[in-house]
Amino acid sequence: MKAWRLPAPVLLLMPAFIVLSAVVVVPLFLSLYSSFTPFRLTRPDSIWVFIGLDNYIRLFGDWAFWTAFGRTVLFLAVALNLEMVLGLGLAMLVEKATRGQRILRTMMMFPMMFSPVLVGFQFKFMFNDNVGLVNNALQSLGLTDQAIPWLIDGNLAFFAILTAEIWSSTSVFAIFILAGLMAMPREPIEAARVDGCTPWQTFRYVVWPFIMPFAFIAMTIRSLDIARAYDIVKIMTDGGPAGRTEILWTLIARTGYSDARMGLANAMAYIAILLSIVFTLIFFRQLAKARQQVGAEW
Amino acid sequence: MEANTLNRLNRRLLKIGHLISLFLAMSIICLPGLWVVLSSLRPTVEIMAKPPVWIPQQLSFDAYVSMFSGAGRGGIPVLDYFINSVIIAASSTIIALVVGMAGGYAFARYRFRGKTAIFVGFMLTRTVPGIALSLPLFYVYARLGVIDTHFGMIMAYVALNVPFTVWLIDGFFRQVPKDLAEAAQIDGCTRWQAFWQVEFPLARPGIASAGIFAFLISWNEFALASQLTRSTNSKTLPVGLLDYTAEFTTDWRGMCALAVVMIIPALALTFIVQKHLVSGLTSGAVKG
Repeated sequence: MKAWRLPAPVLLLMPAFIVLSAVVVVPLFLSLYSSFTPFRLTRPDSIWVFIGLDNYIRLFGDWAFWTAFGRTVLFLAVALNLEMVLGLGLAMLVEKATRGQRILRTMMMFPMMFSPVLVGFQFKFMFNDNVGLVNNALQSLGLTDQAIPWLIDGNLAFFAILTAEIWSSTSVFAIFILAGLMAMPREPIEAARVDGCTPWQTFRYVVWPFIMPFAFIAMTIRSLDIARAYDIVKIMTDGGPAGRTEILWTLIARTGYSDARMGLANAMAYIAILLSIVFTLIFFRQLAKARQQVGAEW
Repeated sequence: MEANTLNRLNRRLLKIGHLISLFLAMSIICLPGLWVVLSSLRPTVEIMAKPPVWIPQQLSFDAYVSMFSGAGRGGIPVLDYFINSVIIAASSTIIALVVGMAGGYAFARYRFRGKTAIFVGFMLTRTVPGIALSLPLFYVYARLGVIDTHFGMIMAYVALNVPFTVWLIDGFFRQVPKDLAEAAQIDGCTRWQAFWQVEFPLARPGIASAGIFAFLISWNEFALASQLTRSTNSKTLPVGLLDYTAEFTTDWRGMCALAVVMIIPALALTFIVQKHLVSGLTSGAVKG
């Protein structure tokens, strides 16, 4: 009689399963449970009080929460779209270059190596109203004679954070789209030109469908990492001034740690988690669709 | 003739426009980093000067010297943070690589039920925002007494990195033809030997780049580290950078110097693997 053994893939996937469930899945169940309690760090017993959906109901009527939520979605929508367009532009510029492409590609990867904390710090330094590069440059050029309060005015601060985010992540898109452009066969483009397509038509109907899967890989990677905007905001403004740049994640941190209201923070966190999962699933599906489309045409 | 010269002019204009926009784009990309490096070498007086001093008058490495000369002068124990960062990032990378190799191999070489679902499930664990994950982890770690320890941070980072290493390594193993390992098995290797002697060496550059990717993620992580570390026991460099802003007078030069210290390992490592990184993530994008 043969001894019963686990099938190989189960055995191979076991470590990953164990680690992920111990550090991610089980704690998430705990936080799901505690989102139904009025748990406060200062009163450990309160984790045993069950209050049902009270936290969630409270959040539904909480204006500050919905403002932060809306701001986060707006931030992501603007940032991702601009990054996509700028990344496409950058990739095409680099692809057109006849000389020094290697160096250009290396330079293009530069912002990717900066951690979000560093990006935040760097732009905080540059947008500083007193010693920052941006204000210094504007003043030296004579465009303005007073210091523009980049990080102190709410709208300007939002703009500054957006700039930092776009600077740091455009290259992710550019690199993947460039990989797509370079993998693309030449014949379809030439055929389109012979058939009398304008450059725009060639791009829209021949090049774009081919590089789309690459753009969606970049989107998927970005959506997996989307919450790193927290680091940037935390360093640059910490949600200030007066909550004008508060996004979902800084609000969670403030509620959970500064106010010690863990139960409420966990309820918020669950809404944030659902938001990221929705983003990721959308991009995964788009990626699968784009792959199929390309597979059918080439 | 007229159309010909017009066409030529047009083309030259396009070329100049292309060069100018390329130059502008590259300077936007490079300038912020260079500015930080430059500021770390200048005396604080020059950074604060009004009107601004554009051309540096004197450069020195004072900021770096005082940063590493202990808590006495800089006030912030950068050296401790640096050592913590290295220990945590390196050990979590090694563990994540081993786990990721097992998982990636399973995805690349075996067929089993629910493969796609498991893969997407792994990825979804990665979408959980760090700060949201830190809330329950903080509680669990506090209960287990592993808060502010290397062990706790390493475990957290392994979990953070496993989905990515599985994804990348899966792609690299898929690029290695299946026939090679099968041929080795026919020649009398066990599957284990075939893996180590045929498939592993071929996938090694890819695995190395997955490792560097994982290292960088741990090296740069902030949201979890900022809550799960408390003191010099386990604080990492990104959290240390925040220490500077907590002071009343911001030491811009010191912060710039610390930023340079953080970026140098990342820069060096990324340059080594940039080629493999992109090919790994995009492999299978077209062929499915």
